[in-house]
Amino acid sequence: MAEKLQRYGVYAAVAALLLFNAIFTDNFLQVANLRTQLVQMAPVVLVALGMALVIGTEGIDLSVGSVMALAAAVVPLYLGFGVWPAVAMALAAGATIGLVNGSMVALVGLQPIVATLALLVAGRGIALVVADGRLKQIKNQELLALGQPAVVIATAAVIAVVVAVMLHRTTYGRQLVAVGGNRAAANLAGLPVRRILIVTYVSCGLLAALAGVLATARLTASDPSSIGTLMELSAITAVVVGGTPLTGGQVRVLGTVAGALLMQLLRATLIKHNLPDSTAQMVQAAIILVAVYIARGRTR
Amino acid sequence: MDSVPLLSVRGVCKRFPGVLALQDVSLDLPAGQVHALVGENGAGKSTLIKVLTGVHRADEGEIAYDGRPVDFHQPKQAQQAGISTIYQEVNLIPLMSVARNLFLGREPRRFGLIDLPRMNREASETLARYGVHVDVRKPLRSLGLGAQQMVALARAVAIDAKLLIMDEPTSSLEPREVETLFGVVRELSQRHISILYVSHRLDELYRLCDEVTVLRDGRVVHTGPLAAIDKLTLISKMLGRDLGGDGVTKFTHDRRAALPGPPQLRAEGMDKRNLLHDISFEVRRGEVVGLGGLLGSGRSETAKAIVGALPVDRGSVWVGGRRLARLSTAAAIKAGMAMLPEDRKAEGIIADLSVRENIVLAAMPSLHRAGLVSRRRQDQIVDVFMKRLRIKASSPQQRVGELSGGNQQKVLLARWLCLNPRVLLLDEPTRGIDVGAKAEVQALIDELARAGLAVVLISSDLEELVEGADRVVLLKAGAVVGELAGDQVDEHAVMGMLAHG
Repeated sequence: MAEKLQRYGVYAAVAALLLFNAIFTDNFLQVANLRTQLVQMAPVVLVALGMALVIGTEGIDLSVGSVMALAAAVVPLYLGFGVWPAVAMALAAGATIGLVNGSMVALVGLQPIVATLALLVAGRGIALVVADGRLKQIKNQELLALGQPAVVIATAAVIAVVVAVMLHRTTYGRQLVAVGGNRAAANLAGLPVRRILIVTYVSCGLLAALAGVLATARLTASDPSSIGTLMELSAITAVVVGGTPLTGGQVRVLGTVAGALLMQLLRATLIKHNLPDSTAQMVQAAIILVAVYIARGRTR
Repeated sequence: MDSVPLLSVRGVCKRFPGVLALQDVSLDLPAGQVHALVGENGAGKSTLIKVLTGVHRADEGEIAYDGRPVDFHQPKQAQQAGISTIYQEVNLIPLMSVARNLFLGREPRRFGLIDLPRMNREASETLARYGVHVDVRKPLRSLGLGAQQMVALARAVAIDAKLLIMDEPTSSLEPREVETLFGVVRELSQRHISILYVSHRLDELYRLCDEVTVLRDGRVVHTGPLAAIDKLTLISKMLGRDLGGDGVTKFTHDRRAALPGPPQLRAEGMDKRNLLHDISFEVRRGEVVGLGGLLGSGRSETAKAIVGALPVDRGSVWVGGRRLARLSTAAAIKAGMAMLPEDRKAEGIIADLSVRENIVLAAMPSLHRAGLVSRRRQDQIVDVFMKRLRIKASSPQQRVGELSGGNQQKVLLARWLCLNPRVLLLDEPTRGIDVGAKAEVQALIDELARAGLAVVLISSDLEELVEGADRVVLLKAGAVVGELAGDQVDEHAVMGMLAHG
């Protein structure tokens, strides 16, 4: 029962919220509104997907918000070479942070929460240094095109499918779950545990950087001091609410997407009914508690 | 005093979705009796224990305890009534000190604070009576499993138990510790504490227990004095089929002849500070070499070192005449070695994954097409091995964590056998699995050796070791102290060498 609730509860909650809004919220089902909701949640989805992979290995990545900031800071520096080199450099920056995270976890043996906390602090610092601490307007039309709703939503959707396929159909994906489920057993079975861990943190860094680029394009400005703040919490929330246990060994991709959608709908609903943001935060907290409680009940 | 038993179970039934786990089970346990509870895994022993300790509630039937009908809703109620349980896996807190574990929840206090000096002093004294001499301020996990078990026992006794349920208490103990445990059990029995003793080790039961109850498929199939039933009959009652033959293990008794040629596995000069000292031995094709020794003698460490799971300071490994360039689990697997680890839960199965995924775990890198997992090829392999090893699971999709110990062990064997290994290292392959699965695993080891594999067998079950192995290499304190081959291999020779070697 608890297992079913953990697994499918998020979909039921999303359905309930949609139904509520369809009846009680004016103009909710209009395409423009739905599109707005999806665009707003897309960066969270991207970051949460990476986070879900890391959590699947029994880890956690607190540095994702700072990676978004770093990506945002790097993009304008290389726009002179064209939009794709700039995006590539931003992604490379994210991958580098992921590499550092992964190495500290897999090679040095630091606890993920400590290792990535270091990068949470350092990452944004580096971003501010790179950007000289200033907000930069983006005028490059090609980059701004990446911020169009259709592009942002499609990217998140495609990435979700890619992550799902990678997780369920590739050797790497199955090994990732095995490492998270029982590291000692995976090691004895000859799995390349260190490489799997490093690749996972790099993937997470890449996805966070991609989210940073898209968010920058949508914002039409590079703002490393504010972009991605508290993103790690939103991402972890989406993952946990989506039914992925923090104890590793299981990853729910669709659940994670639904988790992000649930949190997004919740905030939108409360705002549309003129409840203050503080109320929204408390409701979110309640949902997280419920999700964690259900997960706890299942760990015999 | 025998007129009213301490515990009286009448017609207890317990249903789980789809399964009738206990069916009309009755059992009497007078004060001071040591009562053996036996049965294959899945026979309902664990369920019965859980009903008695308040983890589950019986659907039907009555339980009378200490002269009154009881209905425990929670483990705490059973504990307060004086029912203590010692589980197979030690149920204590690894990171807390030994003394704190012993006194958890009933610490001696002084001015409202825990009186640490007194607690530590009393803990040392208590444990010394159980033959455990350790620094009680150290975390529990720094102790060996045997010593941890003693702490669990001391704790259970200390909380004024009237009924002690022991579930496989000796499975991780050394012979010396087993003796201490037996001494304690007998002493408790004289103090009119009743003991329900669950074990797969029949020898122990005969030495210790007064009565026996045999469960099979959730029913009581036999109950009576242990002295009135011989070992073979007891086993046949547990299995529900008549056994022939003389031995209890399923190994064939004619020794296998090792195949000619160079040794398939050669370990030389394996050295690891404080653990292994210059260990060398070799195994030929078609040969089963037993690694004997007491707990802590370095048997498991030797196996782990050979497959690269334990880094060594010095030493080299040859497989099929070729020296491994470096010792790592990946290199060992590539060279054709496979190891079944001792601790199935912690190092073997991945409980949340399916039977299928657990089986193909090690073989996965070779089962893909263009980087994508090939479900079809996996299914073929999984199907073959589930049939060949007779793995009982509702489907390949079932979570491994839900299977019985014996079936989990078979899944692990399948994981290695599907790699087609040349060398198989088995660390306690039959520990904690039911008699039926045990016989099947033993027969399989036999079959594999006959097919030309080189097998290293580690077992603290002496009978299994001497009947299963063609040659036994004996270890003591991390060093080889002797070797027995051919007709020399028997229990007396092994014990003699361990005592004097």
